[in-house]
Amino acid sequence: MIVYISRRLLSAVVTVLLASVIVFAAVQLLPGDVATQVLGQDATPDAVAALREQMGLNRPAVLRFLDWITGAVRGDFGVSLVSGEPVSATLWLHLRNTMLIAVATIAVAVTSSIVLGVVAGLYRDRWPDTVVSTLTLIGMSVPEFVVATLLVLALSITVPVLPAVVLDEASAPVADLLPAVVLPTIALSVVMTAYIVRMTRTSVIDVMESEFVTTARLKGLGTGRVVVRHALPSALLPTLNVIAMNVAWLVGGVAVVENVFNYPGVGRMLLEAVHNRDLPVLQAIAVVSAAVYVLCNLAADLGAMALNPRLRTGERSAR
Amino acid sequence: MTGSPHGASGPAETTGSTGTARTTLRSLARSTPAVVGLSLVALHVLLALLAPLLTSYSPTANDPGSALLGPGADHWAGTDAYGRDVVSRVLYGGRYALTVSFAATACAVALGTVVGCAAALKGGRLDDALMRVLDAILAIPPILALLVVVTVLGTGPAVIVLAVTVVYAPQVVRVVRAAALGVAPLDYVTAARARGERTVSILVREVLPNIAHVVSVEFAMRASWVVLLISSLSFLGFGANPPTPDWGLMVAENRTAMVVVPWATLAPIIALATLVVGLNLSADGLSRAWGVDRAKESS
Repeated sequence: MIVYISRRLLSAVVTVLLASVIVFAAVQLLPGDVATQVLGQDATPDAVAALREQMGLNRPAVLRFLDWITGAVRGDFGVSLVSGEPVSATLWLHLRNTMLIAVATIAVAVTSSIVLGVVAGLYRDRWPDTVVSTLTLIGMSVPEFVVATLLVLALSITVPVLPAVVLDEASAPVADLLPAVVLPTIALSVVMTAYIVRMTRTSVIDVMESEFVTTARLKGLGTGRVVVRHALPSALLPTLNVIAMNVAWLVGGVAVVENVFNYPGVGRMLLEAVHNRDLPVLQAIAVVSAAVYVLCNLAADLGAMALNPRLRTGERSAR
Repeated sequence: MTGSPHGASGPAETTGSTGTARTTLRSLARSTPAVVGLSLVALHVLLALLAPLLTSYSPTANDPGSALLGPGADHWAGTDAYGRDVVSRVLYGGRYALTVSFAATACAVALGTVVGCAAALKGGRLDDALMRVLDAILAIPPILALLVVVTVLGTGPAVIVLAVTVVYAPQVVRVVRAAALGVAPLDYVTAARARGERTVSILVREVLPNIAHVVSVEFAMRASWVVLLISSLSFLGFGANPPTPDWGLMVAENRTAMVVVPWATLAPIIALATLVVGLNLSADGLSRAWGVDRAKESS
């Protein structure tokens, strides 16, 4: 088991490293390098050359990558081209704000999708299933910005109870940001729930037809006990992975939704970086999101191991 | 099928699309969702093709004299802040959405299929290395990867197609590779190898026809995500450049005037949602008709 865990950890580290190589390489492809970016298109060639020298851009890409990655490991992502401030300080602040939305969204989406998925699975092909499946289909078919826009129309314009636009700075205290978290969370939860419900429903249906559930039923256990004690743990296993995968989607969804509400999180920071072509910021956000994604998958795998005794013996079929 | 993760009747497990085109069509026609889905998509294609006949207004020309009108006899869904007819922009927006999304999905699925099949047939070191790199690419969220490509190469339809290909091909590779691995050990592939056929011809003549159903379902499913992704990108201002008629861009332009002219925002939203619902239902219908397990692939 320890071998399996350590192998899994190693492969997570390798994946993050590879992802950072890819991000670095992609950004280096940029026509005109960072020096030209800083000085603008009209800069004299001499000035560009001087700045290149100063920033160490004349050195081979491999060395620059090593510099950057060793800094990144220590939490130093360089300096923003626009503000001149260290990237990491700004990034952690925005990350804190985004975590507020992300944690709330995951809590809401996971709870509601498990409830809805179990209901749909147990009442397969009857009206509760039809209702849930139809809502799921609609939820999957509208992009986050549409849900967000409709929410603004409903809860900020028609019935003005919540702010449509956040005016707080990124450094505002958490308590001030809380009212602003509500609408983005609803918008993201709607879409995320739609994706997870599908998986929960399918696996509940599979498990309810399995032999051990039939046995439990024949033992005379009540439906509630059969579902909660026998079926749910097995049914939630595949769902765990889907939840982890949704976290990757969440990072993208957050970018869109934060933009709609002007919420000072990583998503807005990302879009500003793209607007200003602020490459160090872009690289930092990309690597941090990749690391978050890999960590979530790792957690899902280890969680699956905890839930499923068969995986603990070390015999695990390769994916 | 007790506890089997493969769900209902699975001809896919044996030799792929064993049924003829006719049985597929029949089971598609029997399923209401599939019929609704395919009709929705067909309706969108038809409306996009006939756009110039259905409206006499230009989707891009400004007409300040008739700005911000409500729905009426002249403008069925009103006009936006620049006086452009909303119906006309939605119709032409369908052209843009369908062409760009179709091109992007086709490129991603084609590239993914070729690489996935090659990885499955060749196996070994190449396969291992490829899977590692794909894991790393998949760790970067799609919209972030798209934004990086757009930052590097600028905006425009060609860049979007390229970016979507880069982002979605790895996911297609995974699905196709898994399907091809299911086919590779079968007798007819072994026979072809024993006959000494080249990998390319084994791929084209033996493997591809037998995973065609997986690729088709993959195409329909990807298409719905690509439409969503591209519209999100336009909404953020990094996709279609104004004044291109694009649904995501229309929502972004008109949402500040939502109280005055709600239809300028709602019309593109309805168009976008119906197209994606159509694509999703079609993907569902196709996967049921062929017994491809879609829930397993939803990632």
